[in-house]
Amino acid sequence: MSEIPFVFPNDVHPPWSIMIVLYPYITGLVAGAFVVSALYHVFHREALKPVARLALVTSLCFCAFATLPLLLHLHRPERCFNVLVTPSVTSAIAGFGFIYSAYMLVLVVEVWLVFRPAIVEQANSLTGAKALFYRVLALGVTDITDRSRAIDSRLIRVLAIMGIPIACVLHGYVGFLFGAVKANPWWSTALMPVIFLISAIVSGIAALILLYQFISWRRGETADRECVGALARYLWMFLVLAASLEGLELLQMAYEAGGEWPILRALLTEHLAVSYGLVQVLIGSLVPLLLLLTSFTRRLPARLVMFSSGLASLLILVQVFAMRWNVVVGGQLFSKSFRGFVEFPLHWMSREGLLAAAVILTLPLAALWVAGKILPIWQPAEAGTLADAR
Amino acid sequence: MVELEVIGGANGQCGGSSDPCESAGCQCDSAESDSRRQFLQQASTFALGAVSLTLFPVSVAEGEPAGGAGGGLGTDAQPPMYGFLVDTEKCIGSGKCLTACRVENDVPEGYQRTWVERYVHFKDGTVQVDLVPETGYAGSDQPPIDPEQVERAYFVPKLCNHCEDAPCNQVCPVHASFTSPEGFELIDTERCIGCAYCVQACPYGTRFINPDTGTADKCTWCYHRVMRDEDPACVEACPVGARLFGRVDDPDSEISQRIAAIPTSVLKAHLGTHPKTRYLGISDEVT
Ligand code: SF4
Repeated sequence: MSEIPFVFPNDVHPPWSIMIVLYPYITGLVAGAFVVSALYHVFHREALKPVARLALVTSLCFCAFATLPLLLHLHRPERCFNVLVTPSVTSAIAGFGFIYSAYMLVLVVEVWLVFRPAIVEQANSLTGAKALFYRVLALGVTDITDRSRAIDSRLIRVLAIMGIPIACVLHGYVGFLFGAVKANPWWSTALMPVIFLISAIVSGIAALILLYQFISWRRGETADRECVGALARYLWMFLVLAASLEGLELLQMAYEAGGEWPILRALLTEHLAVSYGLVQVLIGSLVPLLLLLTSFTRRLPARLVMFSSGLASLLILVQVFAMRWNVVVGGQLFSKSFRGFVEFPLHWMSREGLLAAAVILTLPLAALWVAGKILPIWQPAEAGTLADAR
Repeated sequence: MVELEVIGGANGQCGGSSDPCESAGCQCDSAESDSRRQFLQQASTFALGAVSLTLFPVSVAEGEPAGGAGGGLGTDAQPPMYGFLVDTEKCIGSGKCLTACRVENDVPEGYQRTWVERYVHFKDGTVQVDLVPETGYAGSDQPPIDPEQVERAYFVPKLCNHCEDAPCNQVCPVHASFTSPEGFELIDTERCIGCAYCVQACPYGTRFINPDTGTADKCTWCYHRVMRDEDPACVEACPVGARLFGRVDDPDSEISQRIAAIPTSVLKAHLGTHPKTRYLGISDEVT
């Protein structure tokens, strides 16, 4: 029996734009970068020391802009506070305001504690407006004796420990937001939160490898091989997990071949063939998995390990974006009639257009650059480190 | 009967200064205030929510419930409960209901609160599903179908199912999607933030973001008309009685008697949404 395509009349307007692709992408980077900083602060992975501060500040910079795509997406953004004022306990979106606020608070306090000694030193050594600026940043807490630093370190560790579950909830919940939509067979799976979470960690580590290499290059330094190698091995491990879960999810859908499988198969083979098959699976997962293997041996030249880790990270960042795209856009490409497909509109100049998306992705990087001017993010972390405190 | 004078918007949604119903008064004050009270109670269970309430005062219940939420149907302790029966065996695809709905509810072009699907099974095994034009087939540019080739064909009017366990309601972050005391699934357009989560969550494609108001929109079973003791506009416009609306808590009503006498079904029953819009004469090919 053959069918002629048919879509429900309102389905020709996919309601979620590229902003909803960016939202999980950015929160994923936030959660992933935080996990790296926690690996140092909580699990004492000393090899990650050179990127520990960078990871924390990167997480904060991306977190600061995580709400922007959502605000741009809302058709009535002026009412956004309704989510905090009259939240519905049964809505996944309503949880966002609270989880996000809690996470932002943890991040801000942790960053402040980590950089407090440096801030106080700047306030003491500089003069005029600059000194005033740092004094304000110090919030009047100018004690940087060994004892107060030790207290800071303990607090940092507590916050880092608290931050891990909050970061997991923050991103797991983003997956839940899709996974709990039973109307959509492409989204409705209990694996969705886990997949989102693992791919978030993947994207965060990849972003840090690239940032670390880029900053080292700009500063005319060589990135630490031990650090990049350790990050690359973590990346490989989480990528294996993410790819396996995604593969298993798809395999299960195909194997069960439920009533909606025909439309999902057509979605994958005809509409997402490039972004899923080519970008997400082949170029974005398989190639990086091979490239990252170089980090498991000491016999290869450092330059090769650096290059392959950097390239793999770049491909992985594209892959994770493609994964978000395939979920968010893919889930809106077919009608709920399950009988036909719709076009996904893409514009350059609209409020939810490609240009706005590009700006949103650039803003956290700009913030990171500014933060680098104010705080000693790249400073070899001898002073005020966890190791000292221990 | 004061409430009947208050009731009577054109748009069929609640609230909103930008709402066309404002000038005539909101047609669902009673439901809205009840709903607000309910969710404000829930909100107060949140510490942050409670703090926020003092920071961002919201307009709690704008006036007392209109009373007699049964739309002038008396002062029963229980509000009246309604249902909708679509008889696909009667529908002739005239499209009259479509125009009536658009005019009554000011539905923007390119969006539909209700539509009618045509299922054509050809003798060669092909199935064609398409939309009945709003003008009906006469005068439309739809290519005619050769009746000789057709095995069987029927029309299926679609509208909001006003689900008992409405997923749109469940996912709305701000309680803008709510259930009226009479069981109507409605949208508070003054509260809606336009996140479109409900549009995603509706399995039936009945919701959309109204481009004029920036808020969610959908069929309300013409709540404003029902509260004036009138039938929904589509029901009134249907020339053959394919759309039947009425009280399901009254065993003597026509809809109750028909639902009791003949097997009816609901759309996508496996999702557990428990629609209150029921269908007569459809097979499971209708999604
Ligand atoms: S679009 Fe409006 S009614 Fe729908 S879920 Fe969002 S806030 Fe609720």
